[in-house]
Parts: sequence; C-alpha cells; structure tokens
Amino acid sequence: MATKLLIAVACLAVALVAPFVVYPVTLMTILCFVIFASSFNLLLGYTGLLCFGHAMFFGGAAYITGHILKTTTVSLEIALLGAVFSAAALGAVIGWLAIRRQGIQFAMITLAFSQLIFFLLLQMPFTGGENGMQGIPRHPLFGLIDLRSNLHFYYFVLGVTAVTIFAFYRIVHSPFGEVLKAIRDNEARVESLGFDPEKFKLIAFTLSAGMAGLAGGLKATVFQFATLTDVSWQVSGEVILMTLLGGLGTLTGPMFGAGIIVLMNDYLAGFGEWALIAQGFILLAVVVFFRRGFVGELSVLAAYLLRFARGERKASVDGSPLAGEIATARKEADAA
Amino acid sequence: MSNAAPAVQPETARVLLTVDRLHAWYADSHVLHGMSFDVREGEVLTLIGRNGAGKTTTLKSIMGIVRKRKGSIRFGAAELIGRRTYEIARQGIAYCPEERAIFSSLSVRENLLLPPVLRDGGLSLEQLFQAFPNLKERSASQGTKLSGGEQQMLAIGRILRTGARFLLLDEPSEGLAPVVVREIGELIRRLKRDGFTILLVEQNLRFARKLADRHVVVENGRVVDILSAATLDADMGRVQSYLGV
Amino acid sequence: MFDGISPQLLFGQLLLGLINGSFYAMLSMGLAIIFGLMNVVNFAHGAQYMLGAFVAWFVLTQFGVSYWGALIVAPVLVALFGMAIERLLLRPLQNLDHLYGLLATYAVALIVEGLITRKYGSTGIPYDNPIPGGFRLGFMFLPSYRLWVVAFSLVVCIGTWFAIEYTRLGAYLRAANERPYMVEAFGINVPRMITLTYGFGVGLAALSGVLAAPIYQVSPSMGSSALIVVFAVVVIGGMGSIAGAIFSGYALGLVEGLTKVFYPSAANVVIFLFMILALFLRPSGLFAGREGVR
Repeated sequence: MATKLLIAVACLAVALVAPFVVYPVTLMTILCFVIFASSFNLLLGYTGLLCFGHAMFFGGAAYITGHILKTTTVSLEIALLGAVFSAAALGAVIGWLAIRRQGIQFAMITLAFSQLIFFLLLQMPFTGGENGMQGIPRHPLFGLIDLRSNLHFYYFVLGVTAVTIFAFYRIVHSPFGEVLKAIRDNEARVESLGFDPEKFKLIAFTLSAGMAGLAGGLKATVFQFATLTDVSWQVSGEVILMTLLGGLGTLTGPMFGAGIIVLMNDYLAGFGEWALIAQGFILLAVVVFFRRGFVGELSVLAAYLLRFARGERKASVDGSPLAGEIATARKEADAA
Repeated sequence: MSNAAPAVQPETARVLLTVDRLHAWYADSHVLHGMSFDVREGEVLTLIGRNGAGKTTTLKSIMGIVRKRKGSIRFGAAELIGRRTYEIARQGIAYCPEERAIFSSLSVRENLLLPPVLRDGGLSLEQLFQAFPNLKERSASQGTKLSGGEQQMLAIGRILRTGARFLLLDEPSEGLAPVVVREIGELIRRLKRDGFTILLVEQNLRFARKLADRHVVVENGRVVDILSAATLDADMGRVQSYLGV
Repeated sequence: MFDGISPQLLFGQLLLGLINGSFYAMLSMGLAIIFGLMNVVNFAHGAQYMLGAFVAWFVLTQFGVSYWGALIVAPVLVALFGMAIERLLLRPLQNLDHLYGLLATYAVALIVEGLITRKYGSTGIPYDNPIPGGFRLGFMFLPSYRLWVVAFSLVVCIGTWFAIEYTRLGAYLRAANERPYMVEAFGINVPRMITLTYGFGVGLAALSGVLAAPIYQVSPSMGSSALIVVFAVVVIGGMGSIAGAIFSGYALGLVEGLTKVFYPSAANVVIFLFMILALFLRPSGLFAGREGVR
C-alpha cells in the first residue's frame, strides 16, 4: 500500500514538471484519453460490459461543451459539468435500453446508437457538420482564473485527471466496485446472491458515460474545436485499443495505453496511414501475446519474480483477464 | 446387428484401454486426482460413484474433450493424451454423452448419417433402421422432437455408424421410464454379445449390475475400489457405502 | 406524400435499394456463417470485401485478367488469405472470450486497410463496367450490369442457403454450430472445417467486392463504410441465421431506398433504428431458431 502511494506521488511529481519537457497540448491530449480510457475500463475491465461506440459520449460531450462555451458566458467548470451530466443522461437512457441484452447483442446495440448519434450530429447545424465546431473559447475557471495559456490549462487538466483517477480508484475498491467485478466474473452467481445485476450495470454505464463526457469536454477546450471524428468509430476503436494495451481491469493501465497510443499517433502524424497500421499490429500483439496489457503483464512478471525469489513454484495462471464466455464454452465441453 | 460369436471372457481378454494416474482439470478446478484402471476387450465396465465424483470427466478425458490432463491413457498401442478428439475417435472409440447431444437443426435421419463410417462394421442406415425401427418411422422429424427414450436410442444408434468397437456411454438410463430402461439394457446386452467393449457411467446401480462384468468405484476423482460382478452381488453393502445410500 | 414523387425517382431508388440489398445480403450471409460456427464477429469482413475489389482491379491491370476471371480468382486468393488468418490468429484464440477473436479480426482490418491506403491512396479507382448498356423500361433505365448483380447475388445466396439446409456438408455445419466438440467426437476434423468455413465466408466477401467494383469504384475505405451497416443487418436477421441474413439484407436495402425517397435525412439511420427495434421485439433476431441457429 505504501509502495502504491509512493508511486502515485512520484507520477504526480513527474507530471508537474512534464510540460517543460513535452509540448503541453500533447500532454493534455494524453490526460483526456486517460480519463476516456478509464471510463471504458470501468465498463469492460471491471464490469465486463463491451460497449462499441463509446465515442458517442466523448464526442457528444465535446460538441455540447463547445456549444455552451460559444453561446453563453458561463464559467468553464459549469460548461464541463454540463457536458458530464448530458453524457451521463445519454448513458442512462441508452444503458437502460441496452442493458437488458447480453454480450455481443449489447455491444451491437451500443454500436447502433453511436451510429445514430454520429449521423444526427452530422446533420445538426450547431455542430458545423463536416467542418466541425471551431473556435471554442476557454472561459475563465470559476469566472476568475484565466486559463487561456496552454501551460496553465495543463495544470487544470492535470488536476481534474488526478481527481477523476482518485474517484475511479475509490469506486472500484468500494462495495459497489466489488459487485461490478463479481458481475464481470459470474453474473449468474451475483443474481443468486440477491443483487440485481441490471441495476448495477446501469449505474456503471451511466458513470462511465459521464466520465467519457468529461474527457470529451476537456478535449474540446484543450483543442478549442470539436469534429465528427470525435464521435466516430475510429475513436471508439482507439479507446478499446488503449485500454487493452494498458491492461484491462487495472487502475494504471489506461494511463499507459493512452500515453503510448497518443504519443505514437503524434509521432506518426506525418506518415499518414502508418498510425493505423501500427495500431493494428499493436492490437494483434496484445490480443495474441499480451492479453493482460502492459500493466497487467508487468504485475504478473513482478509477482512471478517475487515467488521465484522466495523459492516457491510457479502456479499456473490463466492468460486473459476476461473470463466471459470461457466459462460457458468450457461448461459445454467439460461437465464435471 | 448380427449374432456374432460370443464375447471373450473378460478375465482372460487382452487389455484394450489403460488409464494410468490420470489427473484432469475442468477450468481451474482439479477434478481427477490420479485415476488408474483398465478396460479389457469385450467387457462391460461401469464407473459408479456419487454425483461429481469425476465419472463423466473421465469419459471426456479419454475422448480429449477435457484437454487439461496429466498421466497416461493408452488405447492399444496409442497414447491418447496429446491427440485431438477426432483422432481419438478415429482410433475406434465412440462417445455418447449424458445430454445425448441430439442436434436440433438436423432431422433424425441426418443425425444418424452425420458420423462417418470410419471402419468396417459401421452400420448403414438400413441396418440402423432395422435395429431401431421406431427411428425409421420418425426419420424425417427434427432430432429433438423425439421422446427421451427415442433420443437415447438415436444417440446410441448414431455412434454405431463409425464402426468403433469401444463405446463410452454416459448415464444412458438417466431420466427414462422403466420400460425404456429395460430396452436400453437389452440393447447394451446385445452390443456386448456382438463383441463391443463398453465403458459405462451409471448412477443407477440396479441397472448397472445387470450388465457389467466389473465395477470401478470412483470417489473424489480417484478409484477407490474395483469389484467383479460376482463380488458386487455378494457384498452390495460395500458399494452402497461409497454411494452414500 | 406521393404528390411530388416521380416514378423515376421511386423506381430508381428501389433499384438502388435492391442493389445495396444484394450486397448487404451476401456480406451478412458470410458474416452469419462465420459467426454461427465460430462465434466470432469477423471485423475484417469489410476489408476482405475491399480486397476482393482490389484483387480484381490488380489482376486486370497487371495480368489482363478480365472481370469474369476475377470473379473466380479474387475470391480464391482472398479466401486463402482468410484461411491463413484463421489458422494463425483465430485458432489459438478460440478457447478464450470471443472478444479476442473479434479484436484480432479488427486488427487485421486496420492493417489491411492501412497498407492498401498507403500503396494506392484513398481516392477511388474506377473499374470498367463489363456489361455496358441496359434496358429502357417505361419508367426507368435498367443497366444490364446492375441486373446481373441482383440476379447473381440471388443465385449465390439461395444456392448457399440450399447447400447448408439440404446437403451432407451443410448438415456438418449446422451440427457444428450447435456442438462442435460432439461433431469432432464422431471423428470429423472440425478444426479443418472451421478453417474452410472461415475461408468460405471470406471468399463470399471478396466475391461481393468483385461485383461491387464496377458500381462503387475501388477504394480502401469501401469496406469499413459498408461493414457497420452489414452488422446491423446480421443482428436483425439473427446472428447465426443464414436465411435471416439474406432476407434482412434485401429487405433493408429496399427500406433504405424507400426512406431516401420519402424521408431523405433519415436514410442513413433507418437501418440502425430497425436494429434497435428488432433487438427489443425479437432479441435473438427474426429468424433464429430455438436452440441451434439457422
């Protein structure tokens, strides 16, 4: 426990000096995607819900934040809260409609909704259609603090991210979080224990949507524009990759995943499709060899070395964080 | 089925299958803890024991459906662990699962014709219909529309297609009316007379003792006792204590 | 509502809808076959469709192979590629949660589309119409090539459905959809069957691509735009159901066409609305059977 706190403090220290080494906008992009990937992680890694089209909350909130900032004079945090609540509300509605279905059908419903939202936003005048929404102003924080400088804004985004991660930590380690993990591993069992899994899943979905909305709102204020790409399937696919790459069901996984992919996209930005090709190869490598993701595999390696140092024999460990349909598939084949 | 020459006496017959210190895991749970027994050619051997003792897992381990195993399963000269299920089947072993596994998207006829004839002695459709006349009547029906007894007949008939001489039957009498259970028993007796070797999993001891040459008692994934039919008849109490009845 | 709608517009859109429906049907049939047996959503299906078109164009420009030759060559080549994917990527993952198989195919799609875009750019490449001309019907002009597409796709769809429902090979597939381990216990080489089935589904996608080349132009993104719609079609028809895929494909193509006539702004989303509706009324899809999926 003390080591974790130490690592957290060390990370924070690094983050505080980072903008003097790396371009602040890049760092802020990473932070936005850390929140976005964490929201996806909450759904898939901790609750076992696969949502295709998570970008609808991200991009939708980006547009709403932008719209609020362009048409009103409210302070920054109000606009962001507006985005979070609207994303959460959308999540509650879509979640309520989709949760009753399982597995791949749930994923497909969310995909359908995200396509709906994409085409709706394409046609609505306030989004600017294919051109996107430009020139989103950064209103002062609390009506007072001017954050138009990227360096200052970085510290704000860092603060919001830190608070969000902390809240995420508290959620997954709470009794609520334990129920979510139980649902991920064995939903039937949770039901037999007297809990209503659908209610929990709905709350998780709403929370996740709100978090994704926060990420989207931040992104809109970092770049000061919002485009249809933010709501597109590409972004939905990217967040899946980030979360898997970092480590499904781990707290720090999304940080690594977001960091690696954003930096890679940045580096390859001038090389056109190589970013996509690289993403494809990384995804392949993760799916075939490193299903626990960066953080997950490192933890297993560390645990293995620790056991080795203590002279214990290595216990066999299942190589993937998702029990999912393994249980059902195996049940078909091996009834004890 | 023909009236072949009477089967060889189990005590002097050659060993067909040797299970040696078999461990097996279903998902992460360790179900078999070192099963050892052998099956002699021409005999009917039952695995008896309580629910969850590991009887079905043993059959599935032999067939390679349960894949996480340690130890040895030798069929004739061939080691079965490490081979794929279809390779094991092609060695001449057939498996009839507890749930019968009749395909609902196939008709009775299609169900019967699905297994390929892998060696001589595999029954043709005509021979199957001769042996199981009520299946002929229902040959166009959807496989799962049959009664429980008819489905069991279909399941056993199906595995006779391949020509395999070593049959693994998992609880064939389960859930069937006494009349039908008697028919199944007759069927198994006929198969034995024709020289088939049968490894039978049964919880119904009364059914099993009328058919088997030997009984292997399984408890907690281990063989705890092996009795000949005569010994069982003489000392029913011994087995009943294992079964907890 | 019918006042301002000219017959030309209506029948023109219906024809377009029927053409789109032909592609939806063939593509979703391939997806349904793969999903029914392997429980994997083949996210590479769009890329494999696109590869079919590209291979057709490539063999034409490099080797002078005509459209008619390409109808055979392209599906075979892309199917071989598909079988390699199954053998190397999907088979090792088959005992895990099916999400991983899905993601593996998604990764393949990213790589294939990226590489093709890299090599050939993102603008569409034209492919000559192999059957120029058409028929002048009273209310519209019916291009011969489009008639060919509809007819051929019907033959392919109905032929495949028939083969699955009524042949021995089809019985193997239907049985393996239900219980692959049992089919294998009868001595049938199920792993090889899976590889071949995936190859067949991929081949269908590639065949659709060849058919599409003269109509839609050959471009790297032609697959991804089609794919999400095709997913919706498969879900509506029932995820492993062949008949469902075929029927829903044509029906939804026509519905889309009609929507373009009467309510154009909704045309893009009408299929998704239908999908959401279908998932509520009949969650397993319009045609899914009770236990086994047909």
